[in-house]
Amino acid sequence: MTRVLLTAALLVVFVAAWQGVASLDSVDDLTLASPVETLDALRDDWSLLWDNARVTLVEVALGLAISVAVGVVFAVAMHLSRPLRDAAYPLLVASQAIPIVVLAPILVLAFDYGIGPKLAIVALICFFPITVNLLDGLRSVEPGLLKLMRSLGASRLRTLRTVELPASLPYLFSGLKIAATVSVIGAVFGEWAGADEGLGRLVLLGNNQLQTPRVYAGIVLLTLMAVALFALAALAERLACPWNREERPE
Amino acid sequence: MSTKVEAPVPEPLSLERNGVELTGVSRSFGAITALEGLDLRVRPGEVMAVVGPSGCGKSTLLEIVAGLQEPDAGSARAGAGPSASSAATRRAACAYMPQRDLLLPWRDALGNAALALECQGVARAEARRRAEPLFERFGLADFERSRPAELSGGMRQRVAFLRTLLPGRPVLLLDEPFGALDAITRGSMQEWLAGALLAEPRTVLLVTHDVEEAVFLADRVAIMSARPGRIVATLHVPLPRPRRLTDARLVELRAAALEALA
Ligand SMILES: Nc1ncnc2c1ncn2[C@@H]1O[C@H](COP(=O)(O)OP(=O)(O)OP(=O)(O)O)[C@@H](O)[C@H]1O
Ligand SMILES: [Mg+2]
Repeated sequence: MTRVLLTAALLVVFVAAWQGVASLDSVDDLTLASPVETLDALRDDWSLLWDNARVTLVEVALGLAISVAVGVVFAVAMHLSRPLRDAAYPLLVASQAIPIVVLAPILVLAFDYGIGPKLAIVALICFFPITVNLLDGLRSVEPGLLKLMRSLGASRLRTLRTVELPASLPYLFSGLKIAATVSVIGAVFGEWAGADEGLGRLVLLGNNQLQTPRVYAGIVLLTLMAVALFALAALAERLACPWNREERPE
Repeated sequence: MSTKVEAPVPEPLSLERNGVELTGVSRSFGAITALEGLDLRVRPGEVMAVVGPSGCGKSTLLEIVAGLQEPDAGSARAGAGPSASSAATRRAACAYMPQRDLLLPWRDALGNAALALECQGVARAEARRRAEPLFERFGLADFERSRPAELSGGMRQRVAFLRTLLPGRPVLLLDEPFGALDAITRGSMQEWLAGALLAEPRTVLLVTHDVEEAVFLADRVAIMSARPGRIVATLHVPLPRPRRLTDARLVELRAAALEALA
């Protein structure tokens, strides 16, 4: 409870400072919209903002779903095969060095203005934290447990299913929480490279048309989206691994 | 703990042919020689305790018998038949209870007890159904749905015992089963295990560093030297069961064992 109050207090301080800076005479209204102007834009342009937000939300949700599927498959495959892990790890890291800003237009050229390029970009950024975290989890399973399973005559697959995967669920969710926060950025990049709709495109357009309050309203919505996705992942974690909390002596 | 334990075993055990035999076993980890030229025989149906100082290679010894490690030199046999020296046969013959209970925190007690059966290919629901009737006899009634974090140390240990005993393997390997328990719980668990083994005899190799526990539970007590571990003496405990810890002869044997250890 005190945590929530502290967060709220910090937020109030931040908004007040924002309002203060925006009200200074030396600050151009076109550079910085005040919180009040942003709120006005949120109200006046709500239906436009909401329609575009829904498009972006679908891109983010589908992209995240793809990255979870890909991330889990990669992590499990790399866990089961040592040579594959050694060979694929450098490539995984390299995939994160690809400059998305350059890649996005190329994908749009290849796949057109549809949802495809956005999903590809979201998945490309998001599968990485999921794969790396889950792989760490799979590799850090208590060796004694693996010995026990071997003494019980368990097959490799059963050990994976009944011990290693459940034990690394918390790691998977850690990866998912990181992925959830960066997924929105991925979708925005995808839309900037070429799109007919979406919050990212709306923000870019608003910028060009000097509609600064609308740009800020869009940014606020994108931020809220990332925070909500993070909270959702945290909630899912709590529901999926309640034992993880009991175990830890606070 | 006066809980009566009946055989949770699907078929009768052929104790006559299921012993343990280690001959000239050596095992090193890098520069550390854990075991050197160790000989040990456990007769079928016998309870053998192994006592020794910490780090002398007791867990290593059990893991070799259990088929989880191979000796660098010498041979290990457990179970029956001509193939008893292969690791796979040893694994199949032995029920191994590790030093820590290693319960799965996301499974309830029943699910943890059923794990061993599942690993033998029994469907999960069926395995749980078979484990359930034993909870009462193990003093765990009404805790079937509790997760390990909600159980006391003694109860967790009993769930681990249940998991170990359920597949009905003839050779029981126990690695300091009560080492992590407080003195009072340990005492009642020792009595409980004595009762369980009386009701359902098995070939038992029990590792402990508690000499009192060894003479209370075992037919014979093997004394191990500090690293590199070897058996330096073997004591017979020719006392009838049920035994009492306060029995004068038991106290005498305990003193003799302590002397052999020193
Ligand atoms: N996997 C391993 N790698 C390296 N060294 C090991 C390994 N397993 C055991 N050892 C070493 O072998 C020696 C014997 O270990 P072991 O666990 O068998 O002793 P123990 O008698 O069971 O000790 P304790 O009473 O503390 O349980 C120790 O010095 C330990 O450090
Ligand atoms: Mg040990």
